[in-house]
Amino acid sequence: MTTKTPSKLERILAAGHLAVTSEVGPPRGSDPKHLEEKAHLIKNHVDAINVTDNQTSVTRLCSLAACIRLKLMGLEPVLQMVTRDRNRIALQSDILGAASFDIHNILCLSGDHQSFGDCAKGQNVHDIDSMQLIQTVRRMRDEGKFLGGAEIDRPPQLFVGAAANPFADPFEIRVPRLAKKIAAGAEFIQTQCIYNLDKFELWVKMARNRGLTEKVHIMAGVTPLKSAGMARYMKNRVPGMDVPDDVVKRIAGVPKEKQPEEGIAICVETIQRLKSVEGIHGFHIMAIEWEEKVAELVEKGGLYPRPQV
Amino acid sequence: MIVADKKPMEEIIEQIRSYQNVLILGCNECVTVCEAGGKKEVGILASALRMYFLNNGKDMRIDEVTLERQCDHEYLEEIRDRIDRYDAVVSLACGVGVQFMAEKYLSKPVYPGVNTCFLGVTEKRGLWTERCQACGQCILAYTAGICPVSRCAKRLLNGPCGGSTKGACEIGKDVDCAWQLIVDRLKALNRLDDYEKLFSIKDWSTDRAGGPRKVVREDVQI
Repeated sequence: MTTKTPSKLERILAAGHLAVTSEVGPPRGSDPKHLEEKAHLIKNHVDAINVTDNQTSVTRLCSLAACIRLKLMGLEPVLQMVTRDRNRIALQSDILGAASFDIHNILCLSGDHQSFGDCAKGQNVHDIDSMQLIQTVRRMRDEGKFLGGAEIDRPPQLFVGAAANPFADPFEIRVPRLAKKIAAGAEFIQTQCIYNLDKFELWVKMARNRGLTEKVHIMAGVTPLKSAGMARYMKNRVPGMDVPDDVVKRIAGVPKEKQPEEGIAICVETIQRLKSVEGIHGFHIMAIEWEEKVAELVEKGGLYPRPQV
Repeated sequence: MIVADKKPMEEIIEQIRSYQNVLILGCNECVTVCEAGGKKEVGILASALRMYFLNNGKDMRIDEVTLERQCDHEYLEEIRDRIDRYDAVVSLACGVGVQFMAEKYLSKPVYPGVNTCFLGVTEKRGLWTERCQACGQCILAYTAGICPVSRCAKRLLNGPCGGSTKGACEIGKDVDCAWQLIVDRLKALNRLDDYEKLFSIKDWSTDRAGGPRKVVREDVQI
Protein backbone atom coordinates (compact mmCIF):
# COMPACT_ATOMS: atom_id res chain seq x y z
CA MET A 1 0.00 0.00 0.00
CA THR A 2 1.67 3.15 -1.17
CA THR A 3 0.27 6.62 -1.07
CA LYS A 4 1.52 9.77 -2.67
CA THR A 5 -0.12 12.35 -0.45
CA PRO A 6 -1.19 12.75 3.18
CA SER A 7 -4.83 12.44 2.06
CA LYS A 8 -6.95 10.33 4.39
CA LEU A 9 -9.20 9.45 1.46
CA GLU A 10 -6.21 8.12 -0.42
CA ARG A 11 -5.09 6.08 2.61
CA ILE A 12 -8.52 4.51 3.01
CA LEU A 13 -8.74 3.59 -0.67
CA ALA A 14 -5.16 2.34 -0.74
CA ALA A 15 -5.90 0.10 2.27
CA GLY A 16 -8.66 -1.54 0.25
CA HIS A 17 -11.59 -0.18 2.25
CA LEU A 18 -14.76 0.98 0.57
CA ALA A 19 -14.44 4.73 0.98
CA VAL A 20 -17.38 7.04 1.63
CA THR A 21 -17.57 10.67 0.68
CA SER A 22 -20.44 13.09 0.70
CA GLU A 23 -20.81 16.71 -0.18
CA VAL A 24 -21.88 20.02 1.18
CA GLY A 25 -22.97 22.90 -0.99
CA PRO A 26 -21.76 26.26 0.30
CA PRO A 27 -24.39 28.86 1.23
CA ARG A 28 -25.62 31.79 -0.85
CA GLY A 29 -24.28 34.21 1.70
CA SER A 30 -21.39 34.68 4.05
CA ASP A 31 -22.77 33.00 7.18
CA PRO A 32 -20.73 29.82 7.71
CA LYS A 33 -23.23 28.43 10.22
CA HIS A 34 -25.28 26.46 7.71
CA LEU A 35 -22.18 24.90 6.15
CA GLU A 36 -20.86 23.88 9.55
CA GLU A 37 -24.21 22.39 10.53
CA LYS A 38 -24.30 20.30 7.36
CA ALA A 39 -20.75 19.12 8.00
CA HIS A 40 -21.62 18.15 11.57
CA LEU A 41 -24.52 16.05 10.31
CA ILE A 42 -22.30 13.90 8.12
CA LYS A 43 -18.80 14.07 9.60
CA ASN A 44 -18.87 10.78 11.53
CA HIS A 45 -20.19 8.80 8.60
CA VAL A 46 -17.87 9.87 5.79
CA ASP A 47 -14.14 9.87 5.15
CA ALA A 48 -14.06 13.13 3.27
CA ILE A 49 -16.46 15.89 2.32
CA ASN A 50 -16.67 17.37 -1.16
CA VAL A 51 -17.36 21.07 -1.36
CA THR A 52 -19.10 22.03 -4.57
CA ASP A 53 -17.82 24.93 -6.66
CA ASN A 54 -20.72 27.21 -7.59
CA GLN A 55 -22.74 24.19 -8.63
CA THR A 56 -25.27 24.63 -11.43
CA SER A 57 -23.54 27.97 -11.99
CA VAL A 58 -25.34 29.63 -9.09
CA THR A 59 -23.10 32.06 -7.22
CA ARG A 60 -22.23 30.85 -3.75
CA LEU A 61 -19.57 31.19 -1.07
CA CYS A 62 -16.40 29.93 -2.68
CA SER A 63 -15.40 26.31 -2.49
CA LEU A 64 -11.89 27.06 -1.25
CA ALA A 65 -13.06 29.16 1.71
CA ALA A 66 -15.64 26.52 2.59
CA CYS A 67 -12.94 23.83 2.43
CA ILE A 68 -10.78 25.87 4.77
CA ARG A 69 -13.69 26.06 7.22
CA LEU A 70 -14.04 22.27 7.12
CA LYS A 71 -10.32 21.88 7.57
CA LEU A 72 -10.43 24.15 10.62
CA MET A 73 -13.16 21.88 12.02
CA GLY A 74 -10.69 19.00 11.74
CA LEU A 75 -12.48 17.46 8.76
CA GLU A 76 -11.13 16.24 5.42
CA PRO A 77 -12.36 18.33 2.49
CA VAL A 78 -12.36 17.52 -1.22
CA LEU A 79 -11.96 20.79 -3.08
CA GLN A 80 -14.15 20.79 -6.17
CA MET A 81 -12.76 23.08 -8.81
CA VAL A 82 -14.38 23.94 -12.13
CA THR A 83 -12.60 25.39 -15.15
CA ARG A 84 -15.60 27.52 -16.05
CA ASP A 85 -14.79 30.51 -13.87
CA ARG A 86 -11.01 30.76 -13.64
CA ASN A 87 -8.12 30.87 -16.06
CA ARG A 88 -4.89 28.98 -15.53
CA ILE A 89 -3.44 31.71 -13.33
CA ALA A 90 -6.40 31.65 -10.96
CA LEU A 91 -6.63 27.85 -10.93
CA GLN A 92 -2.98 27.41 -10.01
CA SER A 93 -3.25 30.20 -7.48
CA ASP A 94 -6.26 28.60 -5.78
CA ILE A 95 -4.50 25.23 -5.79
CA LEU A 96 -1.63 26.84 -3.88
CA GLY A 97 -4.12 28.50 -1.55
CA ALA A 98 -5.64 25.09 -0.82
CA ALA A 99 -2.20 23.58 -0.33
CA SER A 100 -1.30 26.30 2.14
CA PHE A 101 -4.13 25.04 4.37
CA ASP A 102 -3.08 21.43 3.78
CA ILE A 103 -6.14 20.52 1.81
CA HIS A 104 -5.26 17.18 0.30
CA ASN A 105 -8.01 16.28 -2.16
CA ILE A 106 -9.20 17.95 -5.33
CA LEU A 107 -11.92 17.06 -7.83
CA CYS A 108 -11.27 18.51 -11.29
CA LEU A 109 -14.38 19.48 -13.25
CA SER A 110 -15.48 21.55 -16.21
CA GLY A 111 -18.60 22.81 -14.46
CA ASP A 112 -22.17 23.26 -15.64
CA HIS A 113 -22.71 25.87 -18.30
CA GLN A 114 -23.35 29.32 -16.85
CA SER A 115 -26.71 29.55 -18.61
CA PHE A 116 -28.15 27.31 -15.87
CA GLY A 117 -27.29 29.74 -13.11
CA ASP A 118 -27.88 33.24 -11.81
CA CYS A 119 -25.36 34.89 -14.12
CA ALA A 120 -26.55 33.54 -17.45
CA LYS A 121 -25.30 36.69 -19.19
CA GLY A 122 -21.75 36.26 -17.93
CA GLN A 123 -18.66 35.01 -19.72
CA ASN A 124 -17.23 31.59 -19.17
CA VAL A 125 -13.49 31.04 -19.12
CA HIS A 126 -12.59 27.45 -20.06
CA ASP A 127 -8.97 28.40 -20.60
CA ILE A 128 -8.22 24.74 -19.86
CA ASP A 129 -10.59 21.80 -19.55
CA SER A 130 -11.11 19.32 -16.74
CA MET A 131 -8.59 16.86 -18.16
CA GLN A 132 -5.99 19.56 -18.48
CA LEU A 133 -6.74 20.64 -14.90
CA ILE A 134 -5.96 17.07 -13.79
CA GLN A 135 -2.66 17.32 -15.69
CA THR A 136 -1.99 20.71 -14.13
CA VAL A 137 -2.45 19.50 -10.56
CA ARG A 138 -0.33 16.42 -11.20
CA ARG A 139 2.43 18.55 -12.66
CA MET A 140 2.32 20.93 -9.72
CA ARG A 141 2.38 18.04 -7.26
CA ASP A 142 4.70 15.52 -8.91
CA GLU A 143 7.15 17.79 -10.67
CA GLY A 144 6.77 20.72 -8.31
CA LYS A 145 6.35 23.04 -11.25
CA PHE A 146 3.93 25.67 -12.43
CA LEU A 147 2.54 25.44 -15.95
CA GLY A 148 4.96 28.21 -16.83
CA GLY A 149 7.86 25.97 -15.80
CA ALA A 150 9.00 27.69 -12.64
CA GLU A 151 9.60 25.68 -9.48
CA ILE A 152 7.00 25.74 -6.74
CA ASP A 153 8.21 26.27 -3.19
CA ARG A 154 6.40 23.58 -1.14
CA PRO A 155 4.36 21.95 -3.94
CA PRO A 156 0.73 20.99 -3.27
CA GLN A 157 0.06 17.49 -2.00
CA LEU A 158 -3.28 16.76 -3.54
CA PHE A 159 -4.97 13.44 -4.21
CA VAL A 160 -6.43 14.05 -7.65
CA GLY A 161 -9.96 13.14 -8.61
CA ALA A 162 -12.23 13.52 -11.58
CA ALA A 163 -15.86 12.96 -12.40
CA ALA A 164 -17.29 10.40 -14.77
CA ASN A 165 -20.78 10.21 -16.15
CA PRO A 166 -21.45 6.77 -17.62
CA PHE A 167 -24.94 7.91 -18.59
CA ALA A 168 -24.07 10.78 -20.86
CA ASP A 169 -23.74 10.31 -24.61
CA PRO A 170 -22.15 8.99 -26.66
CA PHE A 171 -21.95 5.86 -24.49
CA GLU A 172 -19.24 4.23 -26.62
CA ILE A 173 -16.63 6.77 -25.59
CA ARG A 174 -17.52 6.82 -21.89
CA VAL A 175 -14.94 4.16 -21.04
CA PRO A 176 -12.31 5.64 -23.41
CA ARG A 177 -13.03 8.94 -21.70
CA LEU A 178 -12.35 7.35 -18.31
CA ALA A 179 -9.11 5.97 -19.74
CA LYS A 180 -8.22 9.45 -20.89
CA LYS A 181 -8.80 10.93 -17.45
CA ILE A 182 -6.63 8.21 -15.93
CA ALA A 183 -3.93 8.93 -18.49
CA ALA A 184 -4.17 12.60 -17.54
CA GLY A 185 -3.49 11.63 -13.94
CA ALA A 186 -6.81 11.04 -12.17
CA GLU A 187 -6.41 8.84 -9.10
CA PHE A 188 -10.02 8.62 -8.00
CA ILE A 189 -13.32 9.00 -9.80
CA GLN A 190 -16.65 10.09 -8.43
CA THR A 191 -19.50 9.24 -10.76
CA GLN A 192 -22.75 10.89 -11.67
CA CYS A 193 -25.76 9.76 -9.60
CA ILE A 194 -26.63 6.18 -10.48
CA TYR A 195 -30.22 5.08 -10.98
CA ASN A 196 -29.71 2.85 -14.01
CA LEU A 197 -27.71 0.12 -12.33
CA ASP A 198 -27.56 -2.21 -15.32
CA LYS A 199 -26.00 0.44 -17.49
CA PHE A 200 -23.61 1.42 -14.72
CA GLU A 201 -22.51 -2.16 -14.18
CA LEU A 202 -21.95 -2.52 -17.92
CA TRP A 203 -19.74 0.56 -17.86
CA VAL A 204 -17.73 -0.78 -14.89
CA LYS A 205 -17.38 -4.12 -16.62
CA MET A 206 -16.05 -2.46 -19.77
CA ALA A 207 -13.64 -0.43 -17.63
CA ARG A 208 -12.59 -3.59 -15.82
CA ASN A 209 -11.97 -5.38 -19.11
CA ARG A 210 -9.53 -2.67 -20.04
CA GLY A 211 -7.80 -2.92 -16.69
CA LEU A 212 -8.89 0.59 -15.74
CA THR A 213 -10.32 -0.37 -12.37
CA GLU A 214 -6.82 -1.42 -11.34
CA LYS A 215 -5.53 2.04 -12.13
CA VAL A 216 -8.12 4.26 -10.51
CA HIS A 217 -10.48 4.16 -7.54
CA ILE A 218 -14.05 4.42 -8.78
CA MET A 219 -16.53 5.74 -6.24
CA ALA A 220 -20.16 5.21 -7.21
CA GLY A 221 -22.28 8.34 -6.96
CA VAL A 222 -25.70 8.07 -5.34
CA THR A 223 -28.42 10.60 -4.59
CA PRO A 224 -31.52 9.62 -2.63
CA LEU A 225 -34.75 10.64 -4.34
CA LYS A 226 -37.08 12.67 -2.12
CA SER A 227 -40.19 12.35 -4.22
CA ALA A 228 -41.64 11.18 -7.52
CA GLY A 229 -41.48 14.81 -8.63
CA MET A 230 -37.73 14.89 -8.06
CA ALA A 231 -37.33 11.60 -9.95
CA ARG A 232 -39.23 13.02 -12.93
CA TYR A 233 -37.29 16.26 -12.79
CA MET A 234 -33.98 14.40 -12.78
CA LYS A 235 -35.16 12.19 -15.61
CA ASN A 236 -36.48 14.91 -17.86
CA ARG A 237 -34.69 18.10 -16.96
CA VAL A 238 -31.15 17.32 -15.85
CA PRO A 239 -28.82 16.78 -18.83
CA GLY A 240 -26.85 13.56 -18.70
CA MET A 241 -29.05 11.98 -16.01
CA ASP A 242 -30.56 8.53 -16.52
CA VAL A 243 -33.51 7.68 -14.30
CA PRO A 244 -35.21 4.55 -15.67
CA ASP A 245 -39.00 4.39 -15.86
CA ASP A 246 -39.23 1.60 -13.29
CA VAL A 247 -37.47 3.79 -10.72
CA VAL A 248 -39.92 6.63 -11.35
CA LYS A 249 -42.81 4.16 -11.26
CA ARG A 250 -41.63 2.66 -8.00
CA ILE A 251 -41.39 5.94 -6.11
CA ALA A 252 -44.58 7.27 -7.70
CA GLY A 253 -46.32 4.08 -6.64
CA VAL A 254 -46.27 4.91 -2.94
CA PRO A 255 -48.26 7.69 -1.21
CA LYS A 256 -46.59 11.09 -1.21
CA GLU A 257 -45.73 11.01 2.50
CA LYS A 258 -44.02 7.65 2.06
CA GLN A 259 -41.99 8.71 -0.97
CA PRO A 260 -38.93 10.00 0.95
CA GLU A 261 -38.74 6.64 2.73
CA GLU A 262 -38.98 4.82 -0.60
CA GLY A 263 -36.26 7.05 -2.03
CA ILE A 264 -33.98 6.12 0.85
CA ALA A 265 -34.78 2.44 0.35
CA ILE A 266 -33.89 2.66 -3.37
CA CYS A 267 -30.63 4.38 -2.50
CA VAL A 268 -29.71 1.79 0.14
CA GLU A 269 -30.45 -1.04 -2.30
CA THR A 270 -28.24 0.67 -4.86
CA ILE A 271 -25.36 0.85 -2.39
CA GLN A 272 -25.89 -2.78 -1.33
CA ARG A 273 -25.89 -4.02 -4.89
CA LEU A 274 -22.92 -1.97 -6.08
CA LYS A 275 -20.80 -2.80 -3.03
CA SER A 276 -20.06 -6.20 -4.45
CA VAL A 277 -19.25 -4.99 -7.97
CA GLU A 278 -15.60 -5.61 -8.70
CA GLY A 279 -13.85 -2.33 -9.35
CA ILE A 280 -16.13 -0.22 -7.14
CA HIS A 281 -14.00 1.17 -4.34
CA GLY A 282 -16.41 3.42 -2.58
CA PHE A 283 -19.47 5.63 -2.61
CA HIS A 284 -20.03 9.32 -3.09
CA ILE A 285 -23.33 10.29 -1.51
CA MET A 286 -24.80 13.50 -2.88
CA ALA A 287 -27.75 14.10 -0.59
CA ILE A 288 -28.74 17.41 -2.08
CA GLU A 289 -30.09 19.53 0.83
CA TRP A 290 -30.90 16.28 2.64
CA GLU A 291 -27.69 15.89 4.59
CA GLU A 292 -29.53 14.57 7.66
CA LYS A 293 -30.12 11.32 5.75
CA VAL A 294 -26.45 10.60 4.99
CA ALA A 295 -25.85 8.80 8.31
CA GLU A 296 -28.84 6.55 7.74
CA LEU A 297 -27.75 5.72 4.17
CA VAL A 298 -24.22 4.89 5.31
CA GLU A 299 -25.46 2.73 8.17
CA LYS A 300 -28.14 0.90 6.21
CA GLY A 301 -25.72 0.50 3.34
CA GLY A 302 -23.44 -1.43 5.69
CA LEU A 303 -20.68 1.13 5.43
CA TYR A 304 -20.54 2.08 9.11
CA PRO A 305 -18.42 2.46 11.18
CA ARG A 306 -15.86 4.17 9.05
CA PRO A 307 -12.33 2.72 9.17
CA GLN A 308 -9.67 4.51 11.18
CA VAL A 309 -6.47 4.78 9.19
CA MET B 1 -18.37 34.31 -43.85
CA ILE B 2 -19.06 36.86 -41.18
CA VAL B 3 -22.67 36.43 -40.12
CA ALA B 4 -24.64 39.43 -38.93
CA ASP B 5 -28.22 40.04 -37.92
CA LYS B 6 -30.37 43.13 -38.26
CA LYS B 7 -30.52 45.55 -35.38
CA PRO B 8 -34.01 46.49 -34.16
CA MET B 9 -35.14 49.56 -36.08
CA GLU B 10 -36.00 51.39 -32.84
CA GLU B 11 -32.32 51.27 -31.89
CA ILE B 12 -31.28 52.81 -35.20
CA ILE B 13 -33.99 55.48 -34.95
CA GLU B 14 -32.70 56.51 -31.54
CA GLN B 15 -29.20 56.93 -32.92
CA ILE B 16 -30.11 59.10 -35.90
CA ARG B 17 -33.21 61.05 -34.90
CA SER B 18 -31.30 64.31 -34.39
CA TYR B 19 -29.81 64.37 -37.92
CA GLN B 20 -31.11 65.83 -41.18
CA ASN B 21 -29.15 63.90 -43.81
CA VAL B 22 -28.29 60.28 -43.28
CA LEU B 23 -26.59 57.73 -45.50
CA ILE B 24 -27.48 54.05 -45.19
CA LEU B 25 -24.38 52.23 -46.37
CA GLY B 26 -24.60 48.56 -47.36
CA CYS B 27 -21.93 46.02 -48.12
CA ASN B 28 -21.96 43.57 -50.97
CA GLU B 29 -20.07 40.79 -49.21
CA CYS B 30 -20.92 38.60 -46.20
CA VAL B 31 -23.82 40.69 -44.93
CA THR B 32 -25.44 40.41 -48.37
CA VAL B 33 -25.24 36.63 -48.26
CA CYS B 34 -26.73 36.49 -44.78
CA GLU B 35 -29.39 39.01 -45.81
CA ALA B 36 -28.65 41.54 -43.12
CA GLY B 37 -26.82 44.40 -44.82
CA GLY B 38 -26.81 44.11 -48.60
CA LYS B 39 -28.46 46.35 -51.16
CA LYS B 40 -31.86 44.82 -50.53
CA GLU B 41 -31.69 45.38 -46.76
CA VAL B 42 -30.37 48.92 -47.28
CA GLY B 43 -33.47 49.66 -49.37
CA ILE B 44 -35.86 48.14 -46.87
CA LEU B 45 -34.30 49.93 -43.90
CA ALA B 46 -34.12 53.28 -45.72
CA SER B 47 -37.79 53.04 -46.74
CA ALA B 48 -38.88 52.10 -43.24
CA LEU B 49 -36.90 54.96 -41.72
CA ARG B 50 -38.29 57.48 -44.23
CA MET B 51 -41.79 56.34 -43.44
CA TYR B 52 -41.19 56.51 -39.70
CA PHE B 53 -39.80 60.05 -39.75
CA LEU B 54 -42.44 61.24 -42.20
CA ASN B 55 -45.17 59.90 -39.93
CA ASN B 56 -43.53 61.67 -37.02
CA GLY B 57 -43.43 65.00 -38.80
CA LYS B 58 -39.73 65.07 -39.49
CA ASP B 59 -38.34 65.82 -42.90
CA MET B 60 -35.22 63.72 -43.13
CA ARG B 61 -33.15 62.88 -46.17
CA ILE B 62 -32.10 59.25 -46.20
CA ASP B 63 -29.91 58.06 -49.06
CA GLU B 64 -28.84 54.56 -50.02
CA VAL B 65 -25.45 53.32 -51.19
CA THR B 66 -24.07 49.79 -51.22
CA LEU B 67 -20.33 49.32 -51.64
CA GLU B 68 -18.53 46.24 -52.89
CA ARG B 69 -16.83 45.98 -49.49
CA GLN B 70 -16.35 48.18 -46.46
CA CYS B 71 -13.21 46.43 -45.27
CA ASP B 72 -11.00 47.75 -48.11
CA HIS B 73 -9.69 51.24 -48.66
CA GLU B 74 -10.47 51.37 -52.36
CA TYR B 75 -14.20 50.77 -52.00
CA LEU B 76 -14.62 53.09 -49.04
CA GLU B 77 -12.90 55.80 -51.08
CA GLU B 78 -15.81 55.67 -53.52
CA ILE B 79 -17.97 57.78 -51.21
CA ARG B 80 -15.33 60.39 -50.35
CA ASP B 81 -16.73 62.93 -52.77
CA ARG B 82 -20.20 62.86 -51.28
CA ILE B 83 -19.68 61.97 -47.64
CA ASP B 84 -19.91 65.64 -46.65
CA ARG B 85 -23.54 65.75 -47.75
CA TYR B 86 -24.43 63.62 -44.74
CA ASP B 87 -24.58 64.34 -41.03
CA ALA B 88 -24.22 60.65 -40.20
CA VAL B 89 -23.85 57.19 -41.70
CA VAL B 90 -25.60 53.97 -40.71
CA SER B 91 -23.37 51.17 -41.91
CA LEU B 92 -24.96 47.79 -42.48
CA ALA B 93 -21.55 46.15 -42.83
CA CYS B 94 -20.17 43.93 -40.10
CA GLY B 95 -18.31 45.52 -37.20
CA VAL B 96 -15.16 45.47 -39.30
CA GLY B 97 -16.73 47.64 -41.98
CA VAL B 98 -18.25 50.04 -39.47
CA GLN B 99 -14.86 50.59 -37.88
CA PHE B 100 -12.96 50.99 -41.11
CA MET B 101 -15.53 53.53 -42.18
CA ALA B 102 -15.10 55.38 -38.88
CA GLU B 103 -11.32 55.35 -39.21
CA LYS B 104 -11.42 56.69 -42.72
CA TYR B 105 -13.95 59.45 -42.13
CA LEU B 106 -12.79 60.70 -38.78
CA SER B 107 -15.31 63.47 -38.22
CA LYS B 108 -18.35 61.64 -39.55
CA PRO B 109 -20.59 59.86 -37.02
CA VAL B 110 -21.04 56.19 -38.01
CA TYR B 111 -23.62 53.91 -36.44
CA PRO B 112 -23.87 50.14 -36.78
CA GLY B 113 -27.05 48.92 -38.42
CA VAL B 114 -26.44 45.24 -37.73
CA ASN B 115 -25.18 43.09 -34.90
CA THR B 116 -22.11 41.15 -35.99
CA CYS B 117 -22.63 37.60 -34.73
CA PHE B 118 -20.03 35.04 -35.75
CA LEU B 119 -18.08 33.28 -38.50
CA GLY B 120 -20.43 30.75 -39.94
CA VAL B 121 -22.23 29.02 -42.74
CA THR B 122 -25.61 29.14 -44.44
CA GLU B 123 -27.18 25.85 -43.41
CA LYS B 124 -30.24 26.80 -45.37
CA ARG B 125 -31.82 30.09 -46.28
CA GLY B 126 -32.67 31.85 -43.05
CA LEU B 127 -30.45 29.64 -40.89
CA TRP B 128 -26.83 30.54 -40.28
CA THR B 129 -24.69 28.73 -37.75
CA GLU B 130 -21.28 29.27 -36.22
CA ARG B 131 -18.20 27.32 -37.29
CA CYS B 132 -15.13 29.30 -36.29
CA GLN B 133 -13.93 31.65 -33.56
CA ALA B 134 -10.72 32.64 -35.30
CA CYS B 135 -8.52 31.39 -32.44
CA GLY B 136 -5.47 31.74 -34.67
CA GLN B 137 -4.21 28.14 -34.22
CA CYS B 138 -6.41 25.78 -36.19
CA ILE B 139 -6.87 22.38 -34.56
CA LEU B 140 -9.34 20.90 -37.04
CA ALA B 141 -6.77 18.33 -38.17
CA TYR B 142 -7.04 16.73 -34.73
CA THR B 143 -10.78 16.98 -34.21
CA ALA B 144 -12.06 15.29 -37.34
CA GLY B 145 -12.78 18.59 -39.03
CA ILE B 146 -15.25 19.79 -36.38
CA CYS B 147 -14.25 22.68 -34.16
CA PRO B 148 -14.81 22.28 -30.42
CA VAL B 149 -13.63 25.84 -29.79
CA SER B 150 -16.56 27.33 -31.66
CA ARG B 151 -19.11 24.53 -31.35
CA CYS B 152 -18.75 23.24 -27.78
CA ALA B 153 -20.38 25.63 -25.28
CA LYS B 154 -17.41 25.03 -22.96
CA ARG B 155 -14.88 24.87 -25.79
CA LEU B 156 -13.63 21.57 -24.34
CA LEU B 157 -10.62 20.18 -26.13
CA ASN B 158 -11.13 16.82 -24.43
CA GLY B 159 -14.90 16.49 -24.48
CA PRO B 160 -17.71 15.64 -24.36
CA CYS B 161 -18.76 16.76 -20.90
CA GLY B 162 -21.29 14.88 -18.80
CA GLY B 163 -24.16 16.95 -20.14
CA SER B 164 -24.18 15.54 -23.67
CA THR B 165 -27.58 13.92 -24.23
CA LYS B 166 -28.83 12.23 -27.39
CA GLY B 167 -26.57 14.32 -29.56
CA ALA B 168 -27.56 17.59 -27.92
CA CYS B 169 -25.57 20.02 -25.80
CA GLU B 170 -26.58 20.56 -22.18
CA ILE B 171 -27.48 24.17 -22.95
CA GLY B 172 -30.35 23.19 -25.25
CA LYS B 173 -31.90 20.38 -27.22
CA ASP B 174 -31.56 22.40 -30.43
CA VAL B 175 -27.78 22.74 -30.06
CA ASP B 176 -25.62 19.91 -31.41
CA CYS B 177 -23.03 18.47 -29.04
CA ALA B 178 -19.78 19.19 -30.89
CA TRP B 179 -18.12 16.16 -29.33
CA GLN B 180 -20.91 13.87 -30.43
CA LEU B 181 -20.29 15.15 -33.96
CA ILE B 182 -16.54 14.66 -33.55
CA VAL B 183 -16.99 11.10 -32.27
CA ASP B 184 -19.44 10.29 -35.09
CA ARG B 185 -17.01 11.59 -37.67
CA LEU B 186 -13.97 9.86 -36.12
CA LYS B 187 -16.00 6.67 -36.41
CA ALA B 188 -16.86 7.38 -40.04
CA LEU B 189 -13.17 7.96 -40.72
CA ASN B 190 -12.32 4.75 -38.88
CA ARG B 191 -10.20 6.80 -36.47
CA LEU B 192 -12.10 6.44 -33.19
CA ASP B 193 -8.86 5.46 -31.44
CA ASP B 194 -7.71 9.03 -31.93
CA TYR B 195 -10.30 10.05 -29.36
CA GLU B 196 -8.01 8.82 -26.62
CA LYS B 197 -5.17 11.14 -27.52
CA LEU B 198 -4.99 13.78 -24.84
CA PHE B 199 -5.22 17.28 -26.16
CA SER B 200 -2.67 19.39 -24.35
CA ILE B 201 -3.31 22.85 -22.98
CA LYS B 202 -3.94 25.28 -25.79
CA ASP B 203 -1.93 28.38 -26.50
CA TRP B 204 -4.59 31.09 -26.51
CA SER B 205 -2.15 33.91 -27.20
CA THR B 206 -3.24 33.90 -30.85
CA ASP B 207 -6.86 34.18 -29.72
CA ARG B 208 -8.57 37.32 -28.41
CA ALA B 209 -6.57 36.77 -25.21
CA GLY B 210 -3.35 37.91 -26.84
CA GLY B 211 -4.68 41.37 -27.63
CA PRO B 212 -5.56 42.83 -31.06
CA ARG B 213 -4.13 40.58 -33.72
CA LYS B 214 -2.47 41.21 -37.03
CA VAL B 215 -1.24 39.14 -39.93
CA VAL B 216 1.90 40.55 -41.51
CA ARG B 217 2.88 39.13 -44.91
CA GLU B 218 5.90 40.93 -46.24
CA ASP B 219 5.99 38.65 -49.28
CA VAL B 220 2.80 40.14 -50.65
CA GLN B 221 3.33 43.73 -49.58
CA ILE B 222 3.87 46.28 -52.32
